[in-house]
Amino acid sequence: MSSKAIVCRCEDVTLDDVEHTIAIGYRSVEEVKRYTGLGTGPCQGKECMVHAALLCARASGAPPETIAPFTSRPPVAAAPLRIFAAAEKDDDDQAQR
Amino acid sequence: MKELTPTVGPPKRSCAIAIVGGGVMGLSIAYQLARRGLTDVVVLERGYLAQGASGRNGGGVRMQWSTELNVRLMQESFVLCRHFALEIGVNVWFRQGGYLFLATREAEREKMERNVALQNRVGVPTRMLSPEEARAIVPELDVSRVVCACYNPKDGVLFPWPFLWGYAHQALARGVEVHLFTEVSAIERSSGGFLLHTSKGPVKAERVVNAAGAWSPQIARLVGVELPDRPHRHEILSTEPLKPFLTPMVSVLSSGLYFSQSMRGEIVTGITVEDHDDDQVKMGSRLKFLTTLARELVRVMPRLADVKILRQWAGPYDVSPDGAPILGEPPGVPGFYLACGFGGHGFMMSPVIGELYAEWLTSGRRHQVFDESRLDRFSKVRPPGGNGHEELIIG
Ligand SMILES: Cc1cc2nc3c(=O)[nH]c(=O)nc-3n(C[C@H](O)[C@H](O)[C@H](O)COP(=O)(O)OP(=O)(O)OC[C@H]3O[C@@H](n4cnc5c(N)ncnc54)[C@H](O)[C@@H]3O)c2cc1C
Repeated sequence: MSSKAIVCRCEDVTLDDVEHTIAIGYRSVEEVKRYTGLGTGPCQGKECMVHAALLCARASGAPPETIAPFTSRPPVAAAPLRIFAAAEKDDDDQAQR
Repeated sequence: MKELTPTVGPPKRSCAIAIVGGGVMGLSIAYQLARRGLTDVVVLERGYLAQGASGRNGGGVRMQWSTELNVRLMQESFVLCRHFALEIGVNVWFRQGGYLFLATREAEREKMERNVALQNRVGVPTRMLSPEEARAIVPELDVSRVVCACYNPKDGVLFPWPFLWGYAHQALARGVEVHLFTEVSAIERSSGGFLLHTSKGPVKAERVVNAAGAWSPQIARLVGVELPDRPHRHEILSTEPLKPFLTPMVSVLSSGLYFSQSMRGEIVTGITVEDHDDDQVKMGSRLKFLTTLARELVRVMPRLADVKILRQWAGPYDVSPDGAPILGEPPGVPGFYLACGFGGHGFMMSPVIGELYAEWLTSGRRHQVFDESRLDRFSKVRPPGGNGHEELIIG
């Protein structure tokens, strides 16, 4: 059965897109993100990540709490360039992947 | 494009060629080998596809270089990029909006003119522009600091991710094994070639290609070779999507700032920020990058000040001491091929390098680039000011 239900509104990724990606072998949330573009729009995954993780869990039978989210990227919320251009402190170094 | 599942289970017991690293370089070589009928190939990738630099870059593709060899290589890469969608069957959002380089110091003019003359001689339509002419191409630019510019309308940008799927699926379709989440931990040399130990079991290979990018020195060490290239963290960010308004990729030579608008509408932009380069591969994001970039970008494009940043990230690439790639077999280890040291321009070089490597490995015909990119050049004393040195390196 095909479903055009939207999983990621920012990037128009449907339930079908995600299930198809998982079915051809890309089973982690990082891979689903890269194969479909899910989570890369204005909300940065705040709406869709949970759905993607649950779909990955359902496909593999793994408990949802064992599914790793994709790396969240700074800034926490979208913010204009102007703010950072005026910033004074700039010496942190986040550990990320 | 037929989409195919990456290879499941352990690698086959033996193969003709094992490729360590499933970034764009390794996948391009694998695809080109398979296209020439050499399909007994195994690609071993430690993470997911696009985990390394190949999934984290800006997708800039240009023919503006300062050495004739690089200009010619990139002319060939452009032909391959233009045919990619048809040949591979996937849309890589390749857009030839040009590259506009801005010089902000009088001292940069002479080099720029020299490079443009070279590019013209080789057949690239780059032209010198006045600051006002540059502003005619990008009206939002503040050109008050600009002394001159150069512009090749044929340069472009592409979206890196589908490039990787395309190569991988086409290689798989021809019988190549592509193993993800498969780490190479040791390489033994044996009479018939090499025995690679991977997290999914051993695989014998007559020949090995080291396409591990920032990790290539680690892989070379497994066969006792010390490489002089070092991992370097390069950061980049993307903004909220805007209506299409920016045609070329713009780059400011003095700061290393570059920015372009992707087909998704985002401004994708990076800048050179010094780092404590040691042997560690680092992918952390820094506020320092964000502030350095924001200051320079707003200075060059004041109209962007209110545009929102969506996300920043970093990727690792390997830089060789002279900025040129390291290719071919290191002395003493025949059958072990290097495909590294491309720095911040390995993505755009990968189509042509894959083709030339595959031609060499299948037919023995060896392109000039392999002679100029040998590892042993670093152990020779080189005359100062040789004319083969690439100067137009951004990032
Ligand atoms: C932010 C940024 C912007 C850039 N912008 C541009 C640009 O505009 N244009 C351009 O042409 N280039 C650009 N580059 C450079 C370009 O991304 C790289 O040169 C290119 O992707 C290198 O490809 P690669 O396949 O050699 O390396 P990678 O993509 O890094 O692939 C190497 C792979 O080896 C794997 N690996 C490592 N160790 C092992 C192991 N032990 N076993 C198995 N696998 C292993 C890694 O997981 C990795 O996937 C940019 C890079 C960055 C970071």
